[in-house]
Amino acid sequence: MKIFLNDDAHEVDPGTLAAALDTLGYGGRKIATAVNGRFVAAAARLRTPLADGDRIEVVAPMQGG
Amino acid sequence: MASFYGIDLKSRLLLGTARYPSPAVLERAIKASGAEVVTVSLRRESGTGRAGQSFWSFIQALGLKVLPNTAGCHSVKEAVTTAHMARELFDTNWIKLEVIGEADTLQPDVFGLVEAARILCEEGFEVFPYTTEDLVVADRLVEAGCKVLMPWGAPIGSARGLNNVYGLRSLRAHFPDIPLVVDAGLGVPSHAAAAMELGYDAVLLNTAVAEAGDPVEMARAFALATEAGRAAYLARPMEPRDMAVPSTPLIGKAALGD
Repeated sequence: MKIFLNDDAHEVDPGTLAAALDTLGYGGRKIATAVNGRFVAAAARLRTPLADGDRIEVVAPMQGG
Repeated sequence: MASFYGIDLKSRLLLGTARYPSPAVLERAIKASGAEVVTVSLRRESGTGRAGQSFWSFIQALGLKVLPNTAGCHSVKEAVTTAHMARELFDTNWIKLEVIGEADTLQPDVFGLVEAARILCEEGFEVFPYTTEDLVVADRLVEAGCKVLMPWGAPIGSARGLNNVYGLRSLRAHFPDIPLVVDAGLGVPSHAAAAMELGYDAVLLNTAVAEAGDPVEMARAFALATEAGRAAYLARPMEPRDMAVPSTPLIGKAALGD
């Protein structure tokens, strides 16, 4: 199925957010996530199924003012 | 000693971490500033990118208190979701809440700000709202649960200093017991000193240090000015007068005229 991660389209197998993140290289990383504009806590990624067309945001720490 | 949400701080200068020429300069500037709180943010990262991870290691090594922001958020929903992400990433309930209403001045959308502050305070966040000097908005933010207020000095990154000294003074008089921080718009150390002389609890700045010719030396200068302004406030400055008053006593002056 097709998902959008930070606006880029990716083809992934049907499954959870945690599985998609692993597939796309985020395993073990310090990140925070949202699906379709809703925050998904790290602990909830394993039980968050993705659907075709879902929009995922992945952010990491960054410099800020 | 300044106190924000029960955390006591010796330094009254909070420093941003963006726009420095290099991580090494940032680290030296933070040390020179004496800041115990640094602001941070969060941005998208690709599966192959490592910038976020290395910045996270850098921040952890500093051992300072971090204040994540919601910079760049233009809606309540965006700001609230960003706050949730920041809480998890940085493991803190502190959030510098920005809801921007106008792109040219980065002026806060105070209506959205109050709404987002209410939601986040109810969810246990300790909110540092980036606001204007408007008294009524400040009242609403305090009602929403904010125990710190951060009015702007001038638009973010403008280096214009304190655009509305009267408004900032009124805010200080109206909220004697709420910690107040001038956030944004400071350009030179005298701006920080002026804010502290008004009785503000602290100043928050970033660009004035990061984009100085010598950020490390400018960080030190801001630290000195912040401390000087605070000492001056505690020493109770004299009131300005319209007419001159001789500082040298006239009693006993030699009579040398015709």
